[in-house]
Amino acid sequence: MPTTATAASTITVDGRTVPIGQARNLLEVVRASGVDLPTFCYHSELSVHGACRLCVVDVKGRGVMASCSTPPEAGMEVVTRTEPLRRMRRTSVELLLAAHNPEGPSCDRAAACELQDVARKVGVERVRFKPMGRDLPLDRTSAAVHRDPSKCILCGDCVRMCAEVQGVSALDFAHRGAATTVQPAFGRGLGEVDCVGCGQCARVCPTAALIPAPEIEPAWKLLTAPSTTAVAQIAPAVRVAIGERFGLPAGAETTGRMVAALRRLGFAKVYDTTFTADLTVWEEGAEFVRRLRSSDEGPLPLMTSCCPAWVKWVEQFRPDALPNLSSCRSPQGMFGGLARRLLPKALGIEAKDLAVVSIMPCTAKKAEAAREELRSEGRREIDHVLTTEELARMIDGAGIRLGDLEPEPFDQPFGMKTGAGLLFGASGGVAEAVLRYADAVLGDGSRRDAVWEEVRGPGALRVATATIGGRTIRVGVVSGLRNAGQVLDDVKAGRLALDIIEVMACPGGCVNGAGQPRPARGAVDSRTAAIHRADRCEHRQNSADNEEVGKLYKNTLGEPGSHTSHELLHTTYRPRRRIDDLDLLLTAGEPGGKLLTTVCLGTSCHLRGSQGVLRGLLDAVDAKGWGAQVDVRATFCLEQCASGPNCKIGKEVLTATTVDKAVAEIGAQLAARPQG
Amino acid sequence: MSTCACPTQPATAAHRFQRVGAIIERHQRKPERLIPILQEVQEEYRYLPREVLSFVATALDLSPAKVFGVATFYAHFALEPKGRTVVRVCDGTACHVKDSMPIFDAIRGHLKLAAGQHTSADMEWTLEKVSCLGACGLAPVVVIGEQVHGQLAPGMVPALLDAVARPATGSAA
Repeated sequence: MPTTATAASTITVDGRTVPIGQARNLLEVVRASGVDLPTFCYHSELSVHGACRLCVVDVKGRGVMASCSTPPEAGMEVVTRTEPLRRMRRTSVELLLAAHNPEGPSCDRAAACELQDVARKVGVERVRFKPMGRDLPLDRTSAAVHRDPSKCILCGDCVRMCAEVQGVSALDFAHRGAATTVQPAFGRGLGEVDCVGCGQCARVCPTAALIPAPEIEPAWKLLTAPSTTAVAQIAPAVRVAIGERFGLPAGAETTGRMVAALRRLGFAKVYDTTFTADLTVWEEGAEFVRRLRSSDEGPLPLMTSCCPAWVKWVEQFRPDALPNLSSCRSPQGMFGGLARRLLPKALGIEAKDLAVVSIMPCTAKKAEAAREELRSEGRREIDHVLTTEELARMIDGAGIRLGDLEPEPFDQPFGMKTGAGLLFGASGGVAEAVLRYADAVLGDGSRRDAVWEEVRGPGALRVATATIGGRTIRVGVVSGLRNAGQVLDDVKAGRLALDIIEVMACPGGCVNGAGQPRPARGAVDSRTAAIHRADRCEHRQNSADNEEVGKLYKNTLGEPGSHTSHELLHTTYRPRRRIDDLDLLLTAGEPGGKLLTTVCLGTSCHLRGSQGVLRGLLDAVDAKGWGAQVDVRATFCLEQCASGPNCKIGKEVLTATTVDKAVAEIGAQLAARPQG
Repeated sequence: MSTCACPTQPATAAHRFQRVGAIIERHQRKPERLIPILQEVQEEYRYLPREVLSFVATALDLSPAKVFGVATFYAHFALEPKGRTVVRVCDGTACHVKDSMPIFDAIRGHLKLAAGQHTSADMEWTLEKVSCLGACGLAPVVVIGEQVHGQLAPGMVPALLDAVARPATGSAA
């Protein structure tokens, strides 16, 4: 219902006339008028929940209403401050405080607790209600995110973030009334279910019920161990956000001072993950060209693999698309491989004494570093991953005043970077770096250092085209896993043609990662702008011009895609089951000596008709009188999704199983058994 | 309703699971039919086993956390296996003022259930507290299996429970 800016499209807020504009609800109008009503459960990117009741206003003729869930109508007269409204807000916060297990100064969110902040704002002087004193067990099963349900105020922000933005729904409300909790399915830990570790739940959690898995203590231990030489790598997005924790504006340039601070914390060398971002462009660029020339090298579209939350999402939810994922490790992972291979000799230390610590804007990077694929010689290549926020706390804890430090340069050679590598910190950046590289190496070079506006900006899907060797290449950029799922569906159904897809799980990319300091409104845009500015300020804008990367190939790797590259810079993926250890016992033979037969009913196998296989198999077990010898089970994933329906009989895994094939295998295995 | 002989008997468990598949198909795999599907599944198993919930979630393309949330929200759904005989003690207002809690405690004592334990280790008994059975005139009321017993006193409990014939175990197969 578009209207012109007349009295018909305005409302009054506390007596002042305010245009409704594009506001979707009354709260947005009130906030646009300059009254910043407190909320716990309102996030503009999520659906309206209306649970916290702090945004209550008095609408003339209608009474008290939650402004977040009230559509604005022309002519409304809204009052935000009356004594009853103030009392209501105060009581609501008091009740939340009584239901929440306060930990005080030792709480992970002590410095930035929204509950505390709002309690102060609404004038809570004391809590008149008896504390519920819930003492629920901590969930530390995930390497990315920890849960403390006793601190949950049931605002549901995490539930909606996980469902609406990420399309995962690892968390939901369970139980009812006073027993209500937010938790993963079946009371399991986040590390045992389909959580991808993006941490966006923790980013929106107003308390410390969900926090990035802490690693400060073990990091300090490494830094103070006498025989250890600790080196750091810092991701691009960290430098444009850490200043916010030291009173600098969002997007402030802090790179040199951050490097200086890391040296003071005890890191022997400080390197830049941006170097391995440039390296990723070379490797992934070569991989793309190989796939373009021959489908034997892997299918198109090529999907980026820099974001570990996205990688885990594909492993769990779209295993059929795993061949599309680039086999390149993320820049963090590449650094780990290189550091273990090259640094002991370069630094003149024993391999066992090298400790590698990453500083990342991300919680999923914590889980990535713990993956078995990123282990070599029996240990983790990356010992610990600290978030931007954790680094800020360590700097604080060491009594270092970031603002007072003289900037220092990164250590070489892994400190050399280009603007293109820095772009990895924001959505669209990997695509832009690859487009520039492709233009330089295979195109006419006209846009080799240019800004590719097509892949920047807020759109859910941005597409750029480039001409490489006479062929038009279409590059798509998407962030948020639910959006990514939609893009994959469209590509699969032939509605969308893309050759490369860049995916970052967090909306807007790593600048908005869950490891970043809690952003004030607008801070994420400032961080993105700072990344784009930093690109322009570098001497070089094209990863192809990173001389140290060139030298690395000359001296160590050979060429992109070489055997050594594959060893150090590439990785493998596998389908992952969504919930651990939930097999269904369907028939039970005699205890001991029974032949275990497991049929997969996971999503991929289900779609390929595994239920029919199961039915046929059960009928056959009945018909042949195998009941006492065979134990048939269903499982939710045998982690062989590409070739289902899968069935495991004894130690044999059958792929593309038919009933006949399975029955024949069971018969053969039973016949081969010793009698008696 | 289920009076199956033995939950671990081969054919029964397998056929029961096949019926879950049939239930889901009958509801055309529609996520909005989740509650009726869970109701029917519970008829089969007397509770909602986690593995079956996970299967239902997969089949309806819902997240397991969502299905778990629905299953734990409604008192009708049970996530733990119930005993062969369910004893429901009414603790609605009328029964409560007529001293239903001492009866509850007496039953718990007789069945040797620990505090917070609802089902006996031998899976014979489940003890539940319910809010109202709609028989306030008979308060305090206890339902044992399908049988309603009114105007009870704690001392009457042992005889009532002992009178419930326990089905012979380990038969049928």
